[in-house]
Order: sequence, then C-alpha cells, then structure tokens
Amino acid sequence: MLKAKDIKEKYVRSHPSPFCPGCGGGMVLNSLSRAVEKSKLSKDEIVAVSGIGCAAWIPSPHWRVDTLHTTHGRAIAFATGVKLGNQDLEVMVVSGDGDCAGIGGNHLLHGARNNVDMNVFMINNGLYAMTGGQVAPTTEHDEETLTTPYGNPSSSFEAAEVVKAAGAGHVARWTTYHMNELIEEVEKAIETDGFSFIEILTQCPTRTGKKKNMSGLEMLEWYKENTSKDQDTEKIYVGTLSKVDKPELTEQIYRQIKEAGGDPK
Amino acid sequence: MSKDVEINIDRKLCTGCGICIKFCPKDVLDESDDLNQYGNHFAEVVAEEECIVCRRCELYCPDFAIEVEER
Amino acid sequence: MKEKGEYFMEGNIACAEGALKAGCGFYAGYPITPASEVMNHLSEELPKVGGRFIQMEDELGSMASIVGASWTGLKSMTATSGPGFSLMQENLGYAVMTETPCVVVNVQRAGPSTGQATKPGTGDVMQARFGSQGDYELIALSPNSVQEMFDFTVRAFNLAERYRTPVVLLADAGVGHMREKVKIREDVKTVKRRRPEEGEREFFDTDREDHVPPMPNFGEGEELLVTGSTHLGDGTRDTSSFEAQDNLVRRLVDKIEDNREDIEDWEEHHAEDSDLVVVSYGSMSRPARGAVRKARKEGHNVGFFRPKVIWPSPEKRLKKIGENSKVLLAELSLRGYRMEVERSVPSENLHIFDRLNSLPTVDKIYDNIKEVL
Ligand code: SF4
Ligand code: SF4
Ligand code: SF4
Repeated sequence: MLKAKDIKEKYVRSHPSPFCPGCGGGMVLNSLSRAVEKSKLSKDEIVAVSGIGCAAWIPSPHWRVDTLHTTHGRAIAFATGVKLGNQDLEVMVVSGDGDCAGIGGNHLLHGARNNVDMNVFMINNGLYAMTGGQVAPTTEHDEETLTTPYGNPSSSFEAAEVVKAAGAGHVARWTTYHMNELIEEVEKAIETDGFSFIEILTQCPTRTGKKKNMSGLEMLEWYKENTSKDQDTEKIYVGTLSKVDKPELTEQIYRQIKEAGGDPK
Repeated sequence: MSKDVEINIDRKLCTGCGICIKFCPKDVLDESDDLNQYGNHFAEVVAEEECIVCRRCELYCPDFAIEVEER
Repeated sequence: MKEKGEYFMEGNIACAEGALKAGCGFYAGYPITPASEVMNHLSEELPKVGGRFIQMEDELGSMASIVGASWTGLKSMTATSGPGFSLMQENLGYAVMTETPCVVVNVQRAGPSTGQATKPGTGDVMQARFGSQGDYELIALSPNSVQEMFDFTVRAFNLAERYRTPVVLLADAGVGHMREKVKIREDVKTVKRRRPEEGEREFFDTDREDHVPPMPNFGEGEELLVTGSTHLGDGTRDTSSFEAQDNLVRRLVDKIEDNREDIEDWEEHHAEDSDLVVVSYGSMSRPARGAVRKARKEGHNVGFFRPKVIWPSPEKRLKKIGENSKVLLAELSLRGYRMEVERSVPSENLHIFDRLNSLPTVDKIYDNIKEVL
C-alpha cells in the first residue's frame, strides 16, 4: 500500500489546496499520482494540460509535473501539439465537464477520432462550479441550477458514450468513491497507446451539494449507492466502456515523416 | 492493532470534511470539538490502538491531511 | 525544401518555403481561402525535413496546438485568413501571456465577416495588434512581394524565437496569390530561443535588459508551470496581487517597446525632403510606389514610406514625416492602419486614398497624388 506521505512529498506542490472542504478535486490528484507511482513512468515525462475551471486547478499548480494551464475548453488541442511535438511525453489532460464536453466539445470529439495518445480525465460535477453553479451539458433534465431556476429545459448527454462513438481507444467511467478502481483504470490509460477518456464523477459539495443538500461525504455515499459495475441495471455504470485497437495519430504521423525521409527527433 | 501506529492529522490542511471518519473501517477517527476556518470540526484520532493500517483514510482524504505512520 | 536558386513562385508557397528554411518543426492549420496554399505545401514538404504537420478541427485548435508544440522545443506556425484569425485571438493572447514563440500568418482578405474570400484587404491591421483581450504588444510584419513572403517568414520565426513572443505575418491575398521571381539563398540566418543556463530557474521573469527570460522544454524535469493566468517569475499563478500583474504585463509590453530599434524596419525614399509622402504597405504599396515614381519623373517632389514591420508601428518616424510634409495614406481598407497614422500625422497634413476589393492602377493613385499636392 502506497503511503500518502510519500505521494504528497513526490507529487504534490503548494498545499493547502484552493478547493472547498470535501471537494473531490484533491482525490483526483491523489489517484493520478498513485497511478503514476505504480506505473513505470517517471514524473519528468508527464505533461499535465488543463483548461479553465476548478478541475483545471487540480494539476496546475498542485501536481508536481510539467503543467500547461491553458484557455477554456482548449486543453485537448494544446495537448495534441505537445504530444505530436514530443512523442516521448505522457500527456494527461484534466478538464471539468463544462470545459471538456461544453466549450471544448469539438476538440474532445476530434481528439477521440484522431485517437491521439493522451489520457483525458473529465472531472464531472454536473455543472459549472467555479463560476457559481450554472447549467452544464452534463446537468440532468429538469435540474435546477443557478441559470436554470425553473429546471433544466435541456437534456444532458453521456460524454463517455459520445467519446466512445467518436472512436477513442479506451473509455471508462468511475467516481471518486471508487478510488482503487480509478487508480487501476488510470494505470490502464497510461499503458494505452491511444486516446484514453476517463469520466470521473466527482463531488462538488459547494455547488452541486448545496443544491441537493448534500455534503461531500454524502455525495460519495450517493455514488456508492447509485452506481453499478453491472451494465444491465438502472444505476450509473462504472467500469470500462470500450477498449479498441486502432491507429494512433502520433505513431502514424511519425511513421509518415520517416517514410518521407525526415527524422522526427 | 498495535501501539506501533501513529496517526497525524495536519490541522493546517484538514478541512473537516469528515470523509476519513466515515471511511475508516475501525472507527479510529472522530470529529474534534475544535472548529477550523471553515467552521467545520477537524478530524481527530480517538482510538489509535484500533488502527489496522489499511490507509483508507489516506486514500480518501481530499487534502493529504492525514498520515498513518508505522513505528 | 527548395535549393538555393531563383524561382517563379506564388507568395503563399514562398511563405511555406521560408518556414522550412527557418527551421519550422510543427505546423497546424485549417483550410481557408486565401491562405490554404501555405498549408497544402507544408503538408507535403514538412515531413521530409522531420517536421510534424496536422490539419486541426478548427483555428482555435490550430493556434492551441502550435503553442503546445512550441513548449516541446519546436519552431511552430499556423496560417489563416480573417475568419480564422478571429478564432485564433484567444490563444494568440495566451501565447503572448505565456511568452511562447510561434508564427501566425494572416493572409488577409476583404472583410468584415466572410466578406469576399478571394479578394484582398488589409482590414485586420488593428485586430492583429488589439484582437485579444488585455494589454499587450506583439510584432507584425507586412510583406509586399513574393520575395518578402519568403524573407519575412524567416524573420518572423527569428523574432519569435528571439523575443519569446508570437509574431504575425500580416500578408494579404494580393501578395499571397501573386506569382513572381523569388531568390532563395543558402545562407539564411536563423535564431533559436535562449535556453536556461545551469541553475537558471526563472522562466517567466528576468532582470536582463532585453526582458526575455530563458525557455526550457517540457520533459526536462523543470516541473514547469505554464499558465495564461497572471504569474510570478517561477510560473506560480497569482490571480490577485498588484505586484504580479504590474510586473508581468509591464515587462511583456516593454519587451517589444524597449527593443524597437532591433525590431523596426521600413522602406523610404525621399521621405525627408518632399512636399508629399505616400505611406503605404502590403500589396497596395506596389502601385503606390509606382505612382510615386511616376510623380517624381513628372517632376513632383513626392516621397514614399512603407512600414515593413507594422507593429510596433514606426510612430516616431511617421511623426517626423508628418511634421515636414503632407502625407497620403494609401491602403486597401477603410480602417486598417488609418488610426495609427492619424495619431502621428497632424490632420491638416493627412490625406487618405482608400480602396476596397482590388488594387487600383498606378494612374489612379498618381491622379490622387496630384490632387493632394
Ligand atoms: S466549487 Fe465545487 S468543484 Fe469547485 S472547489 Fe468547490 S467543491 Fe470543488
Ligand atoms: S489506516 Fe485504516 S484503520 Fe487506520 S485510521 Fe486510517 S482508515 Fe482507520
Ligand atoms: S478526510 Fe482529510 S480533510 Fe477530511 S476530515 Fe479527514 S483528515 Fe480532515
């Protein structure tokens, strides 16, 4: 069993964190760090790319790796440049649901289609937390948020299913309640040469919690009760959604460079 | 388990979210009487001798505030 | 990549060739008229020299990915036209704030909005300078020939690397689609960004006179903090303090302003001692220069001034010219460079020849010169 002290010393900078009490953001940081520690990766190989929002602050500045804290929604596009620039880097994108599936939706689709080798973690708290709790593409129909005071007239979409349909190599969903499973899935993502997408349902006690009258702890328990590792139940499925072998973009582009007579180094 | 365990809760980091208290399988932890800057009760060790060093508290603490040391 | 020699070439191709000569290692772009030829050409040529090419899903992504690639140590570039340039403003500002060297080519077309995609215009001059939010300065070059499409692309890379800043090549459909002779030299001078020396840990601040901090790459163990938020010298985000904002934004502006002497470049003929000086740039400056030549032949005392670097604008030189003579600004737009010239030249001395859609004839400008004289 890894010790929190060692993980913290090696991977975490600038604590206390800016996250609210009971926020799942720190748990994501913890799980990513543990997965890297268990993998063969050196942390010097990692570049963590993020956009805007609470989730974007998980790696920047708290993760002790190279970080690129970018503009709203564009993390995957920046990350594509990083990966194509240097194939040896392990690119990790940490993005909120609004950042990733809302304003950044197009980059998400095409990152998945390209199957570019990166690990995208969509931290899903069901709304725009940093700006006060506005409706997001992941907010359920009829749900009240700051900007849907009469209930969400729109419907949510299952980002993980969308990414799967777009052709990502590896798609999964977990929650912060499932720390051990999540860590294992992140390890799998690191091993996957392709676009890995892990949706992480993450508690936001301050915004989502306040609306539902739940603390962070209660939300974790809600995840426990309302998820299932069995696909055939009414509950939210957690586990791997898809794992397919298909050409990875960086590999393809580097091969073409070599065939054209160039040296990509 | 044993007296060879020392559990440290860093009060600079503990937000008093209560997650460790609930997730500890051995009821080693509880709310303290003191309040932190958020008006929450810090976590506090109440039964160190019961600790089985499963490190679940460390795994779930969102703020790296709790550390279990084996002596 | 073309060998040394003389070629008959399109402007956009010359731009792509300039990028290859300058050592471009990464190109990301999205198809758009009248700039696509840059991308078409590089898609074939860049891999041959080891460079990466990708067509992105949009211009937001193109601009984002060239910034990402630049941090892996590659010289990076994208090319677009007005509509795409608008989308790029977001991450162009990010490149300014994070001091990321990169080259953005804007082959301007007639706007606003979709405008006339195949027709030239220079209505993006102000946008190039002010298009993204907040206070900043950047460098923009204005070529007026196929040769300059080549030369200025090389210089754009060199300035970007030298000053750790995005550089805009502000071309227009006139020069982009023009075909003429271009000379490609073997001994093209190239510049690479300054790398940190042993023990140098501040990558976002410096005491150096040139205001340019060193730049490491991702993957070198520096635990880099690159952020578009206001940050301290070590990259740490500081979203509230006066000192952080004042220190960073001032230095970013000074980095361009205090290095003007090295950056500025213009062409002038008889700008000191003429009754009238024609100021023009881009493809419009070609008939404008022709008209000046004709006027002088006819015995009129007329000079010519053309900024090759349009941002930072040669404001002192313009002011000097405007003090001593009348100025006729000839441009392929109504609002392009006009306000900048108005700022430098007293209104009683300033005359405007503006034109939309296509270049006027030499005679047309010549007639205007005579009217103003
Ligand atoms: S607002 Fe929500 S997501 Fe943001 S830090 Fe607070 S609890 Fe976490
Ligand atoms: S290590 Fe396990 S038993 Fe000990 S306090 Fe933590 S959760 Fe409880
Ligand atoms: S989980 Fe961490 S922050 Fe929360 S009460 Fe326990 S020690 Fe404090």
